[in-house]
Amino acid sequence: MSLFLWPWPSSLFVALGVPTLHDTIQLDEAGLVQALQRGDETVFSAVMEEYSGSLLRLAMSFVPSRAVAEEVVQETWMGVLEGVGRFEGRSSFKTWLFRILTNRAKTRGTREKRYVPFGLPGSDSDGDDGPSLEDSLFVTEGSGEGHWADPPQGWEADTPERALLSKECRLAIEEAISGLPDNQRQVITLRDVEGVSAEEICNILSISETNQRVLLHRARTKVRRVLDPYVRGGNK
Amino acid sequence: MEKNFKQQLMGYMAGNFTCKEVAQLITEYLEGSFSLSQRVRFQMHMGLCLACRNYLRQMKYTVATLGQLPTEPVPPEVKEALMNRFRTWKKEQSSENPPSDSH
Repeated sequence: MSLFLWPWPSSLFVALGVPTLHDTIQLDEAGLVQALQRGDETVFSAVMEEYSGSLLRLAMSFVPSRAVAEEVVQETWMGVLEGVGRFEGRSSFKTWLFRILTNRAKTRGTREKRYVPFGLPGSDSDGDDGPSLEDSLFVTEGSGEGHWADPPQGWEADTPERALLSKECRLAIEEAISGLPDNQRQVITLRDVEGVSAEEICNILSISETNQRVLLHRARTKVRRVLDPYVRGGNK
Repeated sequence: MEKNFKQQLMGYMAGNFTCKEVAQLITEYLEGSFSLSQRVRFQMHMGLCLACRNYLRQMKYTVATLGQLPTEPVPPEVKEALMNRFRTWKKEQSSENPPSDSH
């Protein structure tokens, strides 16, 4: 696996106060890790700015309150500083961050009686929180069984931008995510919001690939259903 | 009767996946975990079914929307507390490993 994840997101350079990409201290992942190891405050500040929001979003899926999630984020960064000397680049820096956060958040979540490890009673390990989500969308009997009851309409190509321009829609999506069972929320946050690979998610959350896909499917199906009424109106 | 025949014919031509099965398998497809034969059957169905093509498109746009959600805002006091903890950590590091004066 490559150590280098160049280029870094542009916001990192903005945070570094860097005027243009070509004038930068060009930090690849190895350079970034070295800078953190020697305690470079500018780099720490920039990386912390870049990733704390993502860490906070994930932490909130493990612990019962935003305040505790913020504490977990702080503990995660301290874990990064303590462990960066041993970082070997076997995963990407971002995946490593998420793993540290997950371990700390699980500990806090268990203490706060929120997180139940996968596979234990009450953990809902396959995310099966009710009848099949597709049931209501299809004809269930007769000659049309298995066909759409209300055939889906095409969404416009600018759906994501349009959806997020509406505060109401954005809040509805956020509420849909926070209303998911914890394990579905963790998987969809990592996979779709943060863009972590399926393989890395299995590693971070200690779940099987099949389980990861089941959880992701259930979560995506619910978010799609919430999004639908907001974006249908845009169809001409 | 005619409708039933049409649906049966379409089911046959579309690789025998029903629309419901397609909807249930859509994440498997998007995540690239299909076998070759499943992929062919899925795509045959897609080629013939506008409603399922629309649904696939909706799922793709759902994923794209999630990927563009704004970052969770982190309060400035949390960031400030972190920077203070960083400075304390750095001081401790320096006192544990004082810089060498050798060249």
